[in-house]
Amino acid sequence: MNKIFSRKPLRITLFALLLFALAFTATTVFAQDGVTDDEVNAIAKELYCPVCENTPLDVCPTEACRQWRELIRLQLSQGMTEEEIKQYFVDNYGARVLSEPPRTGLNWLIYILPPAMILAGAFILFRSFRAWTKPEVVEAGSGEERGEASSPAEVDDYVARFEEELKKRK
Amino acid sequence: MFAEFGYGVLLVSFIVTVYSGIAAVYGAMNKSASLVESARRAQLLTFPLITISALALIYLLVNNHFEVAFVYEVTSRSMPTYLKVTAWWGGQAGSLVFWSWLLAVFTSAVTLRKWDRDIEFLPWVIVVSSITLAFFLGMVVFYENPFTRFWLSNGNVVPGMFPPSAAATIFTPQDGQGLNPLLRHPGMIIHPPMLYLGFVSYVIPYAFAMAALITGRTDDRWTRITRRWSLWAWLFLSFGLVLGGRWAYDVLGWGGYWGWDPVEIAAFMPWLTGTAFLHSVMIQEKRGMLKHWNMILIILTYALVIFGTFLTRSGVLSSVHAFANSPIGPFFMGFVSLSLIASVALLIKRWPELRSETEMKSMLSREALFLLNNLLFMSILVVCFWGVIFPLISELFTGQKVTVGPPFYERATGPLFAGLLFLMAIAPLSAWGHSTVKTLGRALWKSFAAASIVTVVLIATYTQNVYAVIGFFLIALVLFATLHEFWRGARARQKAQGENFFSALANLMGRNRRRYGGYIIHISMALMAIGILGIEIFQKETQGTLSSGEELNIAGYTVQYRELASWDDRGAGVNYTRAIVDVYENGIYLGQLTPRIDYYFDSQQNMTIPGQRSTFKDDLYILLVDWQPVSTIGATFKIYVNPLVNWLWIGSILFLFGVIFAAWPENDPADEPARRKVTRDNRQASAAD
Repeated sequence: MNKIFSRKPLRITLFALLLFALAFTATTVFAQDGVTDDEVNAIAKELYCPVCENTPLDVCPTEACRQWRELIRLQLSQGMTEEEIKQYFVDNYGARVLSEPPRTGLNWLIYILPPAMILAGAFILFRSFRAWTKPEVVEAGSGEERGEASSPAEVDDYVARFEEELKKRK
Repeated sequence: MFAEFGYGVLLVSFIVTVYSGIAAVYGAMNKSASLVESARRAQLLTFPLITISALALIYLLVNNHFEVAFVYEVTSRSMPTYLKVTAWWGGQAGSLVFWSWLLAVFTSAVTLRKWDRDIEFLPWVIVVSSITLAFFLGMVVFYENPFTRFWLSNGNVVPGMFPPSAAATIFTPQDGQGLNPLLRHPGMIIHPPMLYLGFVSYVIPYAFAMAALITGRTDDRWTRITRRWSLWAWLFLSFGLVLGGRWAYDVLGWGGYWGWDPVEIAAFMPWLTGTAFLHSVMIQEKRGMLKHWNMILIILTYALVIFGTFLTRSGVLSSVHAFANSPIGPFFMGFVSLSLIASVALLIKRWPELRSETEMKSMLSREALFLLNNLLFMSILVVCFWGVIFPLISELFTGQKVTVGPPFYERATGPLFAGLLFLMAIAPLSAWGHSTVKTLGRALWKSFAAASIVTVVLIATYTQNVYAVIGFFLIALVLFATLHEFWRGARARQKAQGENFFSALANLMGRNRRRYGGYIIHISMALMAIGILGIEIFQKETQGTLSSGEELNIAGYTVQYRELASWDDRGAGVNYTRAIVDVYENGIYLGQLTPRIDYYFDSQQNMTIPGQRSTFKDDLYILLVDWQPVSTIGATFKIYVNPLVNWLWIGSILFLFGVIFAAWPENDPADEPARRKVTRDNRQASAAD
């Protein structure tokens, strides 16, 4: 039976169609298989609809997705593992069926770039802190009230902060 | 007739907008007051012009003028009138007109109010908003014309504004395709206008920022003028996002509110920079620092607003190739790039003038913590931006389509959101200028202890999931720390004024709207976080096909299938299929729920309406997936139990209240003497403390 699945997508779609028709004319194929909807959904949840945009397979309402879910049911009833089923979908419909790009080649960029940029941002911020906190003469134009804010007697006094804010609003 | 008229007026408003921009530039550069005034009047004229054009479009929509392509695409005879009106923003061309109209409204509001006060900025504000408006109107006039009609020419139906040949006659289809049923939900009727309101209102602070850069008035005047604009913009954008989430929860039928879909992220990105801006702009006001950064943030927000509209409107998300084929894609991209380049060039020109007036004193000062907050928001932005863009890059360079789904975003942003929660707890307790571990610790230890107790109780009674425990601890910390701030402030005032606690609290809040509005927003965020944690970590689901009388069990609930009925409502053009189920919790009968599927004949699409039972503890959310009317198999149901998700919506409502509280106009001159009194009173209070 597994041989059928290694063929081209068209054959598979036809097969899935047939299966689908079967499932709805005869009384449930799946009930006999003993594969529950939850088991099917658990795998379908991890896959994306190969034809619609950004829709997980378990909630996709289209007819095509219904067939794909029945296909998963059939594969489960034949004893295929979750990994095998996922691989089958990737082989037939491309990497877009996975909820994340596989960690290969160019795809590494998606995993590496954001943390690299965040670290770079943190580094720049840290450097700026260091530069800012160097003891330098406060510019004359900074105004009395701004200097006042840092006077140590008031630092932890909530009401003082509150008062200072009001003063500035005048 | 109305179509030509509407298009003609649109064309005129485009020309007037272009004139307004050019006249404002010349007027401002040559100090010609009369030219500037002329530009201003031209700008004010765009509002009635676009309104008239929009009214023509609404007339066509309401009166079933299906010869107009846009009307044919978004309405049908069976739709009620109010939906035909809201179909205005139900399709591409109409929504671009809507965008333009909102921008004309806002710009007019700016130029009508306080013209004399802000006279030096306003010519340039007109320039920036006119360029933006001209861009959107240009797109409508040249590429996405909502008044395009169908023509019968040589036996073919061709769309076009004008007859393709002399012999062509207007072709009127019998009925329209009707609005996508998913867009007929009340949430979806309000969601786009809210989002657009948020998008468009960010153009105004950006325009002032650019005006400040151009005129060289680089002090914090532009931030003070636009403070309230930014808050309202943020309110609309946030509310638009929340409504979108609620809509998804109610009609999309996947048991969630947010799927990290690129379209959602497109609206989320300007919110991230907008939120960062809202915080960092306070540092500029209080400490005269971060002027460059604020400029960068508002430029980014504007660019992301345009970029977000581009992402959702150009078709680029479905495929890079759709982008290439869509006429507006390159146009949009060009505009975003040009405006970014121009803004950054201006910023670089004024870079030396934007230097900080004071120095950073301590890594634990409020301004330092705000900077960390900015870093976290920008990090989330990087993750989102890259997650949206990467599939396009992959398709472009390797031809391989990939999906970047929730697992990626959740893993990457989870710790960042946790960091934001932590900052939300401690930053309000730190002082401007200077804070130490000691001062901060003294302010925080009670809240920390209380949050720890709550967490221990939760571990003992509710969950041992480590992410949940960390999350709940942080949420509790935010709640206690923020409430403590209310309590401390009110107590201080109570002592000083001899008022009772509640009037002290009310007066305190009323006189510090921005601060306490901000705290209310923080509390609402913590409540929303409870809902998000609940559904993300504890969601349960099951699915099964039931015959009448059979039941499904999940998380203490029993759902028993009773019956199913299917009927047509010809007038509304809908077929309803409704199941009735009995719901029990631990054997106790709770009532009936009626999940249903509505099938719309005109658009041939389904809408799945869940049966929902909401409590503070959890939501029971039942979807009718499938049914067999003739056989005995019955119906297939998918049942979700979404713990705590209601807190998300409760938080959203409180959030709205908080933003409105903070943004409410209070600059009444009559307030002035009272305020001076408060200051004196508080001086006494601080002495007494």
